[in-house]
Amino acid sequence: MLESITHLFLQQYWWIIISLLGSFLVFLLFVQGGQTLLVTLGKTKSERTMLVNSLGRKWEVTFTTLVTFGGAFFASFPLFYSTSFGGAYWVWMAILFCFVVQAIAYEYRSKPNNVFGTKTYEIFLFVNGFLGTLLLGTAVGTFFTGSEFSVNPMNIVNLSNVTVSAWENPWHGLEAVLNIQNILLGVTVFFLARVLGILYFMNTIDSEKIFSRAKKHLLYNAIPFVVSFLAFVGLLLTSEGFAYDPASGQVYMEDYKYLHNLIEMPMVAIFFLVGVVLVLWGIIKSIISISNYGIWFSGVGTVLTVFALFLLAGFNNTAFYPSTYDLQSSLTIENSSSSVYTLKTMAFVSLFVPIVFAYVFYVWRAINNKKITEEEMESDHAY
Amino acid sequence: MLENIDLSLINWSRGQFALTAMYHWFFVPLTLGLSFIIAFMETIYVTTGRAEWKRITKFWMTLFGINFAIGIATGLILEFEFGTNWSNYSWFVGDIFGAPLAIEGIMAFFLESTFIAVMFFGWNKVSKKFHLVSTWLVAFGANLSALWILVANAWMQYPAGMRFNPDTARNEMVNFWEVLFSPVAINKFLHTITSGFLLASVFVLSISAWYLLKNREVMFAKKSILIASVFGLLSSFYVVLSGDNSARIMATHQPMKFAAMEGLYTGQSGAPLVAMGVMSNEPDTTKNYLRDFTISIEIPNLLSYMAYLDPEAFVPGINDLVYGNEEQGIMPATEKIARGKIARETLSDYKKAKDDGDTEKYEELRATFQDSEFQEDYFRYFGYGFFRDPQDLVPNVPIAFYGFHLMVALGFYFILLFALALRYLFKGSLVRRRKFLWLALFTLPLPYLAGQAGWIVAEMGRQPWAIQDYLPTMAAVSRLDASAVQTTFWLFTVVFTALLIAEIRIMSKQVKLGPKQEGGN
Repeated sequence: MLESITHLFLQQYWWIIISLLGSFLVFLLFVQGGQTLLVTLGKTKSERTMLVNSLGRKWEVTFTTLVTFGGAFFASFPLFYSTSFGGAYWVWMAILFCFVVQAIAYEYRSKPNNVFGTKTYEIFLFVNGFLGTLLLGTAVGTFFTGSEFSVNPMNIVNLSNVTVSAWENPWHGLEAVLNIQNILLGVTVFFLARVLGILYFMNTIDSEKIFSRAKKHLLYNAIPFVVSFLAFVGLLLTSEGFAYDPASGQVYMEDYKYLHNLIEMPMVAIFFLVGVVLVLWGIIKSIISISNYGIWFSGVGTVLTVFALFLLAGFNNTAFYPSTYDLQSSLTIENSSSSVYTLKTMAFVSLFVPIVFAYVFYVWRAINNKKITEEEMESDHAY
Repeated sequence: MLENIDLSLINWSRGQFALTAMYHWFFVPLTLGLSFIIAFMETIYVTTGRAEWKRITKFWMTLFGINFAIGIATGLILEFEFGTNWSNYSWFVGDIFGAPLAIEGIMAFFLESTFIAVMFFGWNKVSKKFHLVSTWLVAFGANLSALWILVANAWMQYPAGMRFNPDTARNEMVNFWEVLFSPVAINKFLHTITSGFLLASVFVLSISAWYLLKNREVMFAKKSILIASVFGLLSSFYVVLSGDNSARIMATHQPMKFAAMEGLYTGQSGAPLVAMGVMSNEPDTTKNYLRDFTISIEIPNLLSYMAYLDPEAFVPGINDLVYGNEEQGIMPATEKIARGKIARETLSDYKKAKDDGDTEKYEELRATFQDSEFQEDYFRYFGYGFFRDPQDLVPNVPIAFYGFHLMVALGFYFILLFALALRYLFKGSLVRRRKFLWLALFTLPLPYLAGQAGWIVAEMGRQPWAIQDYLPTMAAVSRLDASAVQTTFWLFTVVFTALLIAEIRIMSKQVKLGPKQEGGN
């Protein structure tokens, strides 16, 4: 009994860590959002170089957070890793391609003899910013809408079908784009990334022209973001969800499941509401005043909101990766996790996370304490 | 043997993983070694205050940056390919294998990626000492990330610190320290990172030699060669020593791989080491022992000594491992296959008893799984239960043999190269030794070749296993259409190759441009 409590505690602890990493990842997607605005906000080569360089100092943190998010998911919920990545093959592969072309684009963009030309690398950045955010959002959308897969760990002894997790349609993840709720989340993440990218530029670049252009485009991007976000939340809270009985592990459909989760977990509801208010306040403050601190309000708000959404997906006896093909194959934090020993070991490792946050923040301040200027682009290491 | 097996899917999945891993290893060793070389150079700059060292540091840092990005891009793909292409594997051992990957992200990647921003953009924003510390942290972060992924790889070669859980039908970690400090893990880590140090040292030496051949940047080149040759010489000695240790560990834990890379078909006491040899296509049936060589140069007793530190020790060959050797107490593969089947059937019965609610049988079988004798005598052969033909347990011998011998020969060559570079440098004749400078320049591809050969030996030599003795590669694969994997394989080939071409062109241009006069880059 004690062991099962301990295991459940660790499963919940690790879902919180995953949720935190996921929420920071969404915040850090401001890099991707910014990449889709290079032409819109940068009218000259020099302006575009400033925009690229302001993002170029942060892209590796986003990239690393994505890698760590994947690694932490693998270690704590390996059945999700094997089921989703091995099943929704095309979606994840498309996301990976988007990130591969990003990784080299910054370093190669302005280097002489770069074979494909500056324009090509800027297109790579755009593709990463556009498809990367859209597809990540759409893929995470399936946490609430489900996918068609089956899971049977005992297949490992079945010589005629040894596959533990099998995708049960030939589309291997592409079908996620046919669900309006998934698409709405994808579009929301895309426009949120753009909003955050704009707020980040306003905070870090010393250029009045870019600042005023950014301010104008903030409104253009905030409107579709708010509309798609509200539509997504509306659908989420009124739809049926994937619940499970903790005693038997049986998964069943429950009307208004995610609304119930919000009501039954008041702390999560507070995170969600405070998060949404902060995101909106960061946007509004930046539109109505000359403040350049909107990124901090909207950034913290994004982390809180996404954190709450992850908790809605996995807590309160909810299947976080549901199967619409076979309900009982749905993944919950209880049936897809690592063993007690591994989660405990990893819990010790997770104590490093605050240290990581501390030095990332410290270095961020050290590098961003002065705004980026045109002169700097000519004198030092510039992308 | 597995039924309904799609060999095409397995081959394309292996091909895709190998492609990604080989491209990844094209860039990573330079990152591992060059990060330390830059840290040495910057330390000299900060302690002496001499601007020329800042100039040297910044030049090599520019090349480091060009190489770094593509290394992490291919690394991202590798991490996720465990899930996308090897989903069965991810579940079967994710409880153990996932942990090092997560730790790599939390403890190493963030260190590396955070302080690299200071390294490149912090020259005028932070103090000299903070900048220097950041450069060292990048070097430690890069090598720390290598530790965790190599721990994960070593675990696949030598599974330790785990136990099978019949309820979840997977292996679970029971001792983290056994996973981290397994002899295979420690040795693999040290061997691999020092091979990266060696590669980076050759890189610096070769490019500096080019400057000397062109009579450009002479002082810059000589100082760079000094650092690279000292670091390279020490590293290459350690690469050879750790390689020797690696072979000894392998002889115990992966005897089939050891026999394959030595081309040893029939075991013998006082086995000679084949220093050089050309493998024959046909087995030689006229000799007492089958050694598939048409020509070979052998060093008597050395293989026995290398494997067991005893010149007369018996070294099992491929035939001994396949057909058994009663005299030497080696179990035939057919017996292992039979025991693997019993382990599988026991698990199947356990599942049935559980589903049927047959409590008595369930408890009895549960006790069987907890019995250490069953674990040792049967379950450790679980993976063999997937095979029918013992010959399927033999890896590709010529590839393992040639890969291994190429790597070893090059390892000794690098020691000589660095020793000569230092000798000429200290005698003051390096600039005049044009033949040596040409040799140094044309050595540039060789450490890349040695590194690739090393990984080919390590990974192809352990086939057919994804996890030694527990999970064959054919049972580890995701259920996908072979055509899907084929498509992504070619897409990756095109993208990686295009990026590699771009990198080489950009780097060549930067080398031609040379270090900037004022130390800015």
